[in-house]
Amino acid sequence: MATIPTTALDIARAIAQQKISAREVIEHHLSVIDARESEIHAFNLVTISQARAHADAIDADIAAGRPVGPLAGVPIALKDNMCTHNIETTCSSRILEGWKPPYDATVVSRLRTAGAIMIGKTNLDEFAMGSSTENSAFGPTRNPRDISRVPGGSSGGSAAAVAAGFAPVSLGSDTGGSIRQPAALCGVVGVKPTYGLVSRYGLVAYASSLDQIGPFATTVSDAALITEVIAGHDPMDSTSIPLPSPSLQEAVTAGVVGMRIGRVTDLPGGAEPEVIARLDAAFAVLEAAGAIIVDVQLPTLSYALTAYYLIAPAEASSNLARYDGVRYGLRVPANDTNAMYGATRAAGFGDEVKRRIMLGTYALSAGYYDAYYGKALKVRRLIAQDFDRAYEQADVILTPTSPVVAFPFGDKVDDPMSMYLCDIYTIPTNLAGHPAMSVPFGTGAHGMPVGIQVLAPALAEHAMFRVGGALELATLGGSR
Amino acid sequence: MNDPLSSVVATQEMMLPGGWEMVVGLEVHVELATKTKLFSGSPNRFGDEPNTNIDPVTLGLPGALPVLNRQAVELAMRIGIALNCRIQPCIFHRKNYFYPDMPKAYQISQYDIPLNIDGFLVLPSGTRIGVERAHLEEDTGKSTHVGGATGRIRGSDYSLIDFNRAGVPLVEIVSRPDIRTSEQAKEYVSELRAILEVIGASDAKMEEGSMRCDANVSVHKPGTLFGTRCEIKNVNSIRALGRAIDYEALRQIDILDNGGTIRQETRHWDDAEGRTHTLRIKEDADDYRYFPEPDLVPLDPDQAWIQSVKNNLPMLPAARRTALSELTGYDTRSEAVIVIVERAQHDYVRSVVSAGGDAVRALIYVQQSFADQGPNPSIPAGDIAVLTLLERDGKLSATQVKTVLAEIVANGGGDAAAIAAAKGFEAMDNSAVEAMVDEAIAADPSAWAKYLAGDEKASGAIVGRVMKASKGKADGKVVAASMQSRRDS
Repeated sequence: MATIPTTALDIARAIAQQKISAREVIEHHLSVIDARESEIHAFNLVTISQARAHADAIDADIAAGRPVGPLAGVPIALKDNMCTHNIETTCSSRILEGWKPPYDATVVSRLRTAGAIMIGKTNLDEFAMGSSTENSAFGPTRNPRDISRVPGGSSGGSAAAVAAGFAPVSLGSDTGGSIRQPAALCGVVGVKPTYGLVSRYGLVAYASSLDQIGPFATTVSDAALITEVIAGHDPMDSTSIPLPSPSLQEAVTAGVVGMRIGRVTDLPGGAEPEVIARLDAAFAVLEAAGAIIVDVQLPTLSYALTAYYLIAPAEASSNLARYDGVRYGLRVPANDTNAMYGATRAAGFGDEVKRRIMLGTYALSAGYYDAYYGKALKVRRLIAQDFDRAYEQADVILTPTSPVVAFPFGDKVDDPMSMYLCDIYTIPTNLAGHPAMSVPFGTGAHGMPVGIQVLAPALAEHAMFRVGGALELATLGGSR
Repeated sequence: MNDPLSSVVATQEMMLPGGWEMVVGLEVHVELATKTKLFSGSPNRFGDEPNTNIDPVTLGLPGALPVLNRQAVELAMRIGIALNCRIQPCIFHRKNYFYPDMPKAYQISQYDIPLNIDGFLVLPSGTRIGVERAHLEEDTGKSTHVGGATGRIRGSDYSLIDFNRAGVPLVEIVSRPDIRTSEQAKEYVSELRAILEVIGASDAKMEEGSMRCDANVSVHKPGTLFGTRCEIKNVNSIRALGRAIDYEALRQIDILDNGGTIRQETRHWDDAEGRTHTLRIKEDADDYRYFPEPDLVPLDPDQAWIQSVKNNLPMLPAARRTALSELTGYDTRSEAVIVIVERAQHDYVRSVVSAGGDAVRALIYVQQSFADQGPNPSIPAGDIAVLTLLERDGKLSATQVKTVLAEIVANGGGDAAAIAAAKGFEAMDNSAVEAMVDEAIAADPSAWAKYLAGDEKASGAIVGRVMKASKGKADGKVVAASMQSRRDS
C-alpha cells in the first residue's frame, strides 16, 4: 500500500493523479482512528460506512474521468454542531441526542461539492460552551500530545482529530476562541475567518453575532485551502458577506517583507513566561524575514472578557430556548407544559450551559438590560474602535493564542472564571468580527505546544495567511 | 354653520353614564398576502393540510437562519404609506417567551425601531385617529387543544400544533388612544380593512384570523388623566369589537362608580356570553427580554424603493369616496358612498356612468343589490345603465325597477327593456327608438322620401334598419308609430 500523504493538498493531488485511491486514504485514517480513538475520544460519531461509500464514488468518478473537486477524497472531520442530513447532530448535549437534521449546513454541502469525505462528527463542549471539551455530555476529549491534558475547547474534538492524524483537516466553530485555543493546545493550525465570510446556515447557534466556522489543519496551506472552499456568500445567511470566496493559498508563501506587525504594549497579563518567550521569538522571526515590528495599544482589551460573558450568554439564552421538548430531542414528560419544559431542560442541559443561560437571561431582563447587555454592546463598539486605530499602524497584530499551554483534566473545570480566562486573547477578535488564526510555534511548559495568534482587520485574511505562512516556515527550519 | 361632523357623529354616544368617557387604542394584526413566509421560502397559504408548508426555518430547527422576504417589506411599506406613516431605517428584535406553537421560543418582531411610525387614519366620519406604528413580525403556529372544558391548553388532554401559520408575515398596526366610542372603533377597523384590501396588503378577514384586533380600553372623566387600561383579546368580528368595548367600558365604570379601582390586565372577550373575563394580570406578564435579532441585518429601504411603492399605490378608500362623491353628488360620509367603497365597487359604479347611466341611480342600485357581487361584478355595466335611464325617464316606477334589477342580478345581466316588456311593464324606451329612427332615416334618405310620399312599402326598409340597430329588440309598433307621427307632423 502506498504511503498516505499527511496534508489535504498532497492527498488531493495524489488521488487526482491516481497514485492512491480515495478508499485507501479513508481506510488509512479509519485504521488510525481504530488504533487511538478509544484513548482520545475525538469523535461523537465516526461515519464509517458513509465515508467508505463516498470514497468509492469518488474513485469511480476519477476512474471514469469525470471532473472532481479540489478536495476530492480528502477526509474531513466536522464539529458535531454542524447539521448533517440524516446524520445525528448532538452538540454533545443530551438534549439533542439522537436528533438527525433533515438538511445539511452550507459548509457541509460546499465540502461535499468539493469532494471532501466526512469521516465523523467531533466532540465539543456542550453547545460550544467551554475551553477544554470537559463540558461534553459524552465525556471529554484527550489531548493527543499528552492524554492527561485537555485538548482545549470548545472544538477540542476537531483539534484532537487533526493532531492525532484521524483526518488531515477538520472544521470547528469559534465564538470566543473555540477554534484557535484548541488549535494552540493541540499544536495544529486553526483559523477563525472574518464574521460573515463563512455561512452559519446549519451551524447550531451558540452566540449568533460571534459564531464563525473555520478549519483546523496541520499546515497553513491546508487551512487556506479549506477556508477557500467554505467561504463565500450564502443567501441563506443574512449576515453572510456578499463577496466571493477569497484566494488565499498563494498568500502562504508570499513572505512578509515590508509588512507591519503590531506588538500590543498593553496586553493584559497572565500568560505563562514560556508562552511570552515564544511570542518574542515569533516577532524576531518575522523581523528577520523583512517585517517591521510596530507598537500598538488596545486599551479596552481588558474589558473584552466581561463584555463577551454578557453578550454571548444573552444570545445563547435565546438561541437555546428552542430546546423545549416539544418538537425534537429529549422530552421528559410532566403534568403540564411548563413542568415539561423545566424537567426537559433540567435533564438535558449540563451545568455550564445552564450557567450561561441563567447569566444571559439575567443580562437581558427588564431593569438590567441597560446595565449589562446594553453596556456590553458599548464596550464591543469601543473594542472595534481600538482595533481600527491599531490597524492604522499595523497590518496584523501578534499575540499568544492562549495564556497557558494545555492543562491537566480537572484543573479549571470547577472554577469557571479561570476557565474563562483561557480565552482572554481570542475573545476580542470575535467581538470585533475580525479574522484571526493560531499557528503552532514551538513548545512551552511541559513540552506542550504553544500557538501564536495572528490578528487581522476584517476581510484581511490574505495578510493573515502571509504572516501565518512565515511563522510556519520558521518552525520548519526555513524550508518547505 | 355648525361643525359639519355634528350631523354624522352622534354626540350623545361620546358620553357614557355619569359623564364618563371611554379611551380606546387598537392593536390590529394583519397577515400579509405574500407568496412565501416572512423569513423562509415556504408558501404562505391558508387552509392547507397541517404541517405541509414548513421547512427548517419555519420549525426553528437548530442551525436554521431567517432571511427577510422582500415582498413582505414592500407590503408593509404600502401599509405605512397608506396610513401616512414615516418609513424609517429599522431593525428586528427577538421577543422571548415559551409557548408550544412558537418553534424558536422567540418571535422575530420589531421593538423600539419599527419600519413605519407616526401616521394617522382619517375615518369616513372625519375623525382623525393617530397611528403610532406599523411594524413587521412573524406569526406563530396554531394550537388546537383537544379535550378539557375550555379549549385552552390548561386542562386539555393533548394539543395539536399546525406550523403552517408559523412565520407568516404580520404587520401590527398600533393606533394612538384617540378613539372615544365603540362606533369609532368599528369605523376605524372597517376603514383599515378597506385600505388593506385596496392596497393588496392583506385579505383582512377577521373571521379567518388574517386580521386580528386587540382593544386597550380605559375610562375617565373628560379633562382628567386617562384611566388604567385593560387589553381585550379574542375579538373576532367588527360587531364583537363594538360589543366588547362597550361592555368593558361599562364594567370599568361600574367598578369606579362603586369606589373600586381598575387593575391593569388582559381580558378575554366571550362573544357567546357577551362579557370579558380576566386572562392574566399585569404582574404575571412575561418579561420578553427583547434584544436585537443577531441573525438579521438592519433594514434600510432606500428612497427609490419607497418612492416606487408610493407611486404604485392604488387610489385609497378616502380618495375613492371623494371621487364617488364628485360623480354622484352624494356626501363622502353618506352610507351609500361608504358602503360602495368598502365593497370596492366604486369602479363599477363609474363604469355604469361611462356606459351612459345615471350616476345617482347607479350608486343606489349597486348599493342595494350588489352586496354579494364583490369588487368586479359580472353583470354588464351597460345593462344597469339602461335601467337607470328607464327610471330617470319615467318609463319605470321604482317598484318596477326593483323587480327588473333583481332579475338582471339573478341572471348575471339582461336587457332591462325586454325584461320590463316581458313583465308587462311600460318599459319601452321611446327616446332610444326615436334616435334609432333618426339614424335609419339618415342612412336611407331615398326610402324615407318614398315613405313620406305615401309609399307604405318603403317603411319596411326603415323598420328593418331600426330592428337591426336594436338587435331585434325594438317594438315594431312603436317604430311604426314614430314614423307615422313624423309623417303627420
